[in-house]
Amino acid sequence: MAALDRVKVLVLGDSGVGKSSLVHLLCHNQVLGNPSWTVGCSVDVRIHDYKEGTPEEKTYYIELWDVGGSVGSATSVKSTRAVFYNLLNGIILVHDLTNKKSSQNLYRWSLEALNRDVAPTGVLVTNGDYDREQFADNQIPLLVIGTKLDQIPETKRNEVLTRTAFLAEDFNAEEINLDCTNPRYLAAGSSNAVKLSRFFDKVIEKRYFLRDGNQIPGFSERKRFGGGTLKSLHYD
Amino acid sequence: MSFLIDSSIMVTSQVLFFGFGWLFFMRKLFKDYEVRQYVVQVIFSVTFAFSCTMFELIIFEILGVLNSSSRYFHWKLNLCVILLILVFMVPFYIGYFVVSNIRLLHRQKLLFACVLWLTFMYFFWKLGDPFPILSPKHGILSIEQLISRVGVIGVTLMALLSGFGAVNCPYTYMSYFLRNVTDADILALERRLLQTMDMIISKKKRIAVAHRTMFQRGEVHNKPTGFWGMIKSVTTSVSSSENLSLIQQEVDALEELSRQLFLETADLHATKERIEYSKTFQGKYFNVLGYFFSIYCVWKIFMATINIVFDRVGKTDPVTRGIEITVNYLGIQFDVKFWSQHISFILVGIIIVTSIRGLLITLTKFFYAISSSKSSNVIVLLLAQIMGMYFVSSVLLIRMSMPLEYRTIITEVLGELQFNFYHRWFDVIFLVSALSSILFLYLAHKQAPEKHMTP
Repeated sequence: MAALDRVKVLVLGDSGVGKSSLVHLLCHNQVLGNPSWTVGCSVDVRIHDYKEGTPEEKTYYIELWDVGGSVGSATSVKSTRAVFYNLLNGIILVHDLTNKKSSQNLYRWSLEALNRDVAPTGVLVTNGDYDREQFADNQIPLLVIGTKLDQIPETKRNEVLTRTAFLAEDFNAEEINLDCTNPRYLAAGSSNAVKLSRFFDKVIEKRYFLRDGNQIPGFSERKRFGGGTLKSLHYD
Repeated sequence: MSFLIDSSIMVTSQVLFFGFGWLFFMRKLFKDYEVRQYVVQVIFSVTFAFSCTMFELIIFEILGVLNSSSRYFHWKLNLCVILLILVFMVPFYIGYFVVSNIRLLHRQKLLFACVLWLTFMYFFWKLGDPFPILSPKHGILSIEQLISRVGVIGVTLMALLSGFGAVNCPYTYMSYFLRNVTDADILALERRLLQTMDMIISKKKRIAVAHRTMFQRGEVHNKPTGFWGMIKSVTTSVSSSENLSLIQQEVDALEELSRQLFLETADLHATKERIEYSKTFQGKYFNVLGYFFSIYCVWKIFMATINIVFDRVGKTDPVTRGIEITVNYLGIQFDVKFWSQHISFILVGIIIVTSIRGLLITLTKFFYAISSSKSSNVIVLLLAQIMGMYFVSSVLLIRMSMPLEYRTIITEVLGELQFNFYHRWFDVIFLVSALSSILFLYLAHKQAPEKHMTP
């Protein structure tokens, strides 16, 4: 399988937010009956029609890599996870609407995945702080998805949705809030489905069409990030 | 008057312990979760606070701080509260949270929680029958009945943990057991992992394409096509679905393989980190410490065996025996009373602090490993239960490490328990736990390099 043909999208988030259910819903349009713990990484494939409805419509396979674990893991676990972050084309950040901490951890997750692409030595370098400039500059498309929407009572919904809107803004990304046990949220034609479609289109565009004349896939992202300043390795 | 002062000192210290338990809960245990039920946090902190107060009272006993009658009063009070929490409150809340996780029983939450609690009480009571822990003098609902059963559970836990800890500690500290891992090994394994992921992806693509064409063809086939068309559709779809299920089986097998490879890679990374750590100064220090601990571990196993085989229970505590030895054999004369008090204070203090710290660290690790957002409340309450029982039985066992004059208050407060039984039971379980840990670690160690060697 030539590396040239892949479109790889990572699905990141804390343990228990519903990444496996989400991936299953995205790929099979069905609800996952028995979600269990993800060990390592589980991959699934979604067939996506790029520019659907236009004459340039083309079918692509999008690989959704669902990486399990927690941000606070030991360095050895993070180095192991880092092997999955190679050559990625898009990131879906998943958080649990009923758990604020999972939203806060998204910053660390995104830094972990994005910084991995930067460091040529393979050593995980990050100063752990959230730097807004980094995200403004970011070339890899991000999407923020909030799960378990059905478990939020109506009265609190506005407050929660405002918070997540800020979160998505920080990442310079679109956001979708849904319940993974109900396929209605991603029904064809709904605004969520449109956002999702737009996100995947953006991923494919960045991957195949907006190249600065570079033929080698993946390295152009490295060039855009690797400004040269290596932040010091600092882990508690 | 002095009673009031003593009580206020005790209350202040309890509030301090409560605060510490609260912080520990927030910062360490629940750092990835949002606390929605504050009851859980309160119960955990209260259990922690009262357990620590018990230890504090032992220390006060040794140092002679506070009035003796007010100490006795606080002991009794503390014990009653802890037993109330461990036997009534925590199990009830565990039952309540377990029931609230099950959606079916949502309506009758309280009823089912009570049912669960009654089941727990039944088994808890039955626990006392096979053990010779009580004299029949006491009535049904007395402190001695409850403490004896709590003690049995707690002592079993303590012995299991310390047996495993005694063996695991030198195993992790000493670098003799570290397998040699090179960067090339890790890279090779990672490459295998990525190859497996690629294979899974290509197979899933085939399945997805087949599903899509079937779906599109299925729509076409909804129109009536006639006799031959129907037969054709049956045969083609049967064969393609058979094909699909074969591919699905292959995908499942590959996914299992990818999980194993991931775990192995994580293991290799961890070993590499440990190798690098062992080259540092701290690592070398721990290595030497590991040798000492292994000697200590062997000695403890030996002593436990002797105790069981020769059916003896130590009459004197290590402090007094140590002092006797120094006075009689080494001829050093010093004020026995003064030094015995201070040395036993230090010894008991160290035992208490290390056991609290060790337990909290173990609990935290355990919690991270098995909790999820749904079950976090139940697990924390279980941990609070274990912690309470552990501390109560530490008090039982610590009695043996103290000189006679300080044992009286524990004996008085806890009533006529068969202390010797607990020590014997501890030795038995410790031996069993240590030997099975050795077996388990030996097997795990043997198996790992073989897995690693296969290309």
